Amino acid sequence: MSVDTATVRKIASLARIRIDDAQAEALAPELNNILGWIEQLGEVDVSGVEPMTAVIPNHLRLRDDVVTDGNVRDKVLANAPQAEHGFFTVPKVIE
Amino acid sequence: MTSELTDLGIAAIRAGVRAGDFTAREVAEGFIAAVAAAKPLNAFLVETPDHALAAADAADKARAEGAPMGSMAGVPIGMKDLFCTEGVATTAASGILDGFVPQYESTVSANLWRAGAGMLGKLNMDQFAMGSSNETSAFGNVVSPWRRKDGGNAPLAPGGSSGGSSAAVSARLCPGATGTDTGGSIRQPAAFVGISGIKPTYGRCSRWGTVAFASSLDQAGPMARDVRDCAIMLGAMAGFDAKDATSLDLPVPDWEAGLSSDLKGKRIGIPKEYRVDDMPGEIDALWEQGIAWLKDAGAEIVEVSLPHTKYALPAYYIIAPAEASSNLARYDGVRYGLRDLPDGAGLQDMYAATRAAGFGAEVKRRIMIGTYVLSAGFYDAYFTQAQKVRTLIARDFEAAWESCDLLLTPTAPSAAFALGEKSADPLAMYLNDVFTVPSSLAGLPAMSVPGGLDKDGLPLGLQIIGPALDEQGVLNAGLAIEERAGFTARPQRWW
Repeated sequence: MSVDTATVRKIASLARIRIDDAQAEALAPELNNILGWIEQLGEVDVSGVEPMTAVIPNHLRLRDDVVTDGNVRDKVLANAPQAEHGFFTVPKVIE
Repeated sequence: MTSELTDLGIAAIRAGVRAGDFTAREVAEGFIAAVAAAKPLNAFLVETPDHALAAADAADKARAEGAPMGSMAGVPIGMKDLFCTEGVATTAASGILDGFVPQYESTVSANLWRAGAGMLGKLNMDQFAMGSSNETSAFGNVVSPWRRKDGGNAPLAPGGSSGGSSAAVSARLCPGATGTDTGGSIRQPAAFVGISGIKPTYGRCSRWGTVAFASSLDQAGPMARDVRDCAIMLGAMAGFDAKDATSLDLPVPDWEAGLSSDLKGKRIGIPKEYRVDDMPGEIDALWEQGIAWLKDAGAEIVEVSLPHTKYALPAYYIIAPAEASSNLARYDGVRYGLRDLPDGAGLQDMYAATRAAGFGAEVKRRIMIGTYVLSAGFYDAYFTQAQKVRTLIARDFEAAWESCDLLLTPTAPSAAFALGEKSADPLAMYLNDVFTVPSSLAGLPAMSVPGGLDKDGLPLGLQIIGPALDEQGVLNAGLAIEERAGFTARPQRWW
């Protein structure tokens, strides 16, 4: 498996990280080096082995279906880069 | 007086405050001055002397009134910047959390304040805890207080990701500090600077309010001067928390009261797969010395096999980046932290520009690896395969516990390296976690204690790994090594 610059650009797009052509060129060999090393996992016989889901046996708890939090709008918005009228604001989404 | 107080550890400070030998305020003032005078180490991102003084005054007042005092009363600590602290900037050492001031307190830090501890400040770290040398911080490298004794002044790595924590404790800027450990981020930095640190069983410490890296691996723990101090501080940090779905609903044992270095009847396993090629002779020699110390403490030594050890690192470098790519999707420039909105940009452009500007190179690298291994067509080949291998690694440990009670290994394959020595090669950096990652993948308690110095005069650590929930066994074996190693070396002050 070899990652080319087009794949790097696609991954960056999926990850919502802007990269330029020079960065894509630089990242391709780096990612290939790491992914090439990871490939060795393929040689492990995992037939009949379940993928791990919980590292320490634990049970999912249920709690009473009641409101335990809320009414903290100003705290929620306190760190927003831009907030107006009690809402987060973002650039125009619909033209 | 205050200059001597900074030589004391957690237990000694607590005892001295209770006995009235000195006040908690004197202790806090001593450490505050030490922090202020240690800027060249770059260990602290934010200093919070008022927090430490308020906690100290509360401890002094409680003593004067004969009121109950918590297990950390009068002890000022350092807080890794991964823990959200109400009203105090928290960035995880990343530009993307620039300006973020939490409106809430993490459970671990709240537990510590409830136990009477105060905060000296927020500690520098690898950005989002991704790194083994503290070179990925957006706020500059932490410099280890240690130097090689060859006369050169090459700045050394304090280890990572909890590098601010390790440097601060080692340099006597605080008697204890919080760390977090995803693949070795408490143990490796502790080993690099000659202090102790324990990662408890996954689920002992709540992850609520801790900036997430890889949620199935992240676990908080203490870093301190010795094993007793770790036991005290871990007791204050741990406990069930309904706000963390993976928190263990179990009582917190009194680990300090349970400390005993008598290991009669204990079987210590030596995993043969940890004898890696090209391991420095000094590491091997220290390991042999550790075996001799544990025998002297009454333990029986047995050789064990953990056959999937070599696959732990590659499995980790699929699982951790995959979880990180998911966790770090929240940094979008909308709700908190940095926003980069180029002229005329739409929402998607804003996301991509913000994340390009805010994340460091290593964070981007891991997000992209994680995105790739989770992407359509590759998920089963990479992520599912890694999770299956993870099951096999956990089974290796289960099988080992049939013939032994604890494992002894080196903590890291080398002493501290120089800053810049490995930063150009991500893979070489990843390999530094070879001994700490397997127990992380299995969620097991593991600790590093100092064992000795190498030929350059730098500390080397020994790691003890225990079965799930047996922090006591791990701490006790750590204490047995500590008593025999007699490690008293400390860095010569140059900062």
